[in-house]
Amino acid sequence: MLSSHIMAAAPVAAQHASSYLPIALQIVFAIGFVALMIFVSALLGPKRKTNDKLANFTSGITTHGNARQPMAIKYFLIAILFVLFDVEVIFFYPYAVNFKSLSWTGFYEILLFVGLFLIGFVYIIKKRALKWED
Amino acid sequence: MTLLAFDWALFIEKLVLIAVVIFGSLGIALYSTWAERKVAAFMQDRIGPNRAGPLGLLQPFADGAKLIFKEEIIPNSANKWLFILGPGMAMTAALITSAVIPWSSHLEIAGRIMPLQVADVNIGILYIFGAVSLGVYGIMIGGWASNNKFSLLAALRGASQAISYELAMGIALIALLMLTGTLSLKEIVEQQMAPGHYWNIVYQPLGFLIFIVCIFAECNRTPFDLSEAENELNMGYHQEYSSMKLGFYLFAEYVNMFVASAVMATLYFGGYDVPFLNESLLSPNVAALVGIIALMVKIVIFIFIFMWVRWTIPRFRYDQLMELGWKKLLPLALANMLITAIVILWLQHK
Amino acid sequence: MGITAIVFWILSALTLFSAIMVLVSKNPVHSVLWLVATFFSISGHYIMLNAQFLAIVNVIVYAGAIMVLFLFVIMLMNLNTKTEMKKNLWMKLGGVISGGMLLWILISVVRTYAEQSKGHPKIASVNTGEIGLIKNLGHVLFTQYALPFELCSVLFLSAMVGAVVIGKKN
Repeated sequence: MLSSHIMAAAPVAAQHASSYLPIALQIVFAIGFVALMIFVSALLGPKRKTNDKLANFTSGITTHGNARQPMAIKYFLIAILFVLFDVEVIFFYPYAVNFKSLSWTGFYEILLFVGLFLIGFVYIIKKRALKWED
Repeated sequence: MTLLAFDWALFIEKLVLIAVVIFGSLGIALYSTWAERKVAAFMQDRIGPNRAGPLGLLQPFADGAKLIFKEEIIPNSANKWLFILGPGMAMTAALITSAVIPWSSHLEIAGRIMPLQVADVNIGILYIFGAVSLGVYGIMIGGWASNNKFSLLAALRGASQAISYELAMGIALIALLMLTGTLSLKEIVEQQMAPGHYWNIVYQPLGFLIFIVCIFAECNRTPFDLSEAENELNMGYHQEYSSMKLGFYLFAEYVNMFVASAVMATLYFGGYDVPFLNESLLSPNVAALVGIIALMVKIVIFIFIFMWVRWTIPRFRYDQLMELGWKKLLPLALANMLITAIVILWLQHK
Repeated sequence: MGITAIVFWILSALTLFSAIMVLVSKNPVHSVLWLVATFFSISGHYIMLNAQFLAIVNVIVYAGAIMVLFLFVIMLMNLNTKTEMKKNLWMKLGGVISGGMLLWILISVVRTYAEQSKGHPKIASVNTGEIGLIKNLGHVLFTQYALPFELCSVLFLSAMVGAVVIGKKN
């Protein structure tokens, strides 16, 4: 069963780990390029540093404290909900690839999964967790 | 062990291709800045840059040279290393995204078949998602390291916005993947090229609409450029930056725009497919060339749409942005996914 | 030494180095970034085992989502006040003992495994396994492990409720 399944999969070339070497190469290339450019521009520019110039820019108003302060919890809520939903979306990918062979059974499974998730989603909205202005 | 045996010819071939892709995307990003100003000028009945070279065509080089020779400023209160790392990460993430995009079919030089794609991997589209999710770090690290309240606020906005729209984008994509059954971008293009098949936009119009809206948000483009809302935040997360580091932030946006256009063209508009033309009749090299041109035309059209929208639609408010992403696009994308599934299964078992 | 071995050793060195840097860094933001680097090198290991889907999910979920959450949490903290906890001697001793026990268990697992498979050693299937490909993985997940998959969503539901209860105090 599974072996016939593997046979039906994509061309062999794309399945080996060695096909990732060019990606590694591109990552190394990009990092090298970026590092070089930052280094070169640091070398070429003039260096006339004064204390006024190196102060934070706040449109001319004197700065009060610094930016190392606690910020609104709303952002934190968005981030944690994002993590949960992201994992949900990740589960859909293997489903989408096998979607046609799984047929209606797979669809009911995913429907139940989405249904339970929607309950959570409705709860979040009812609790006004996504309400930005309060 | 033998599977990873080293093939020097392949290594050089890939290196050349990578260099072309990276410098090509940088070149296009350069000229996108020029095009943006020209398009803006056209829409506002102005002339736009016209001093450096004919039609101002040398303007991007003048800007680039200026950025390199500017003074580097690292504020006293900033975290030095993170301050440098931020724009570096933004740019790196933008440059590595293009690794899985098929630019055209393949070239045949002296009997050697060279696919015009850096890597055709099994999970192609997920790789793009991975690279995009790294772009968030560039914004967050840069904004935080500046130790400026405006930068921090802008960075938080930018990051929250990027992660919020990633969800709807992912779900809109799932509906497309149900049709294709593969995540390899090359196979997705080939399926659209096959006779009797139309471009995916025909099957997934709503999915594409959700996808393009999310792409606009991911690229921080107007109407979703809340992290650069200058009337509230001075300049945005890069306000303490100068020199090439600022250049990287601005540039990364244009590189992202280019790659996003390529992804949209590949997924929904047949990639390097030329409509009403049977590529298999042409010789492979000609077909490859025609393919590249076709893809580039599609990309340029998308980049123009990016600019068109920028100079047409005003910016959203932040609560409207979040509302749209979470309460409208997300349920809409889910509904699109389920309806697509039902229709496909119904047709399959009819 | 083939290229696989070279890549393996480079990745292992990177993983260990960035993992140590996570602990050593004084600045919590540095720690998070080193942790991201650790996840990347672990993803490299997954790719070597041909677990491609796992590799990219590791990047998307851990490096792309959970670490962003960590960054948000760190930015939520007030880093101005030096609130480094007074570590008394007993705390340190407890840390050493529990860490040492974990190390002991890990070593004994590896050793018993090595003894059991004496004579016919089993080596991790580098580059050959096919179960890590998205198609096969999905097939197994939605047929054999359908129930755990559904239970996952219940887990997510409780996590969502928890997040809202913590985040919204009204």
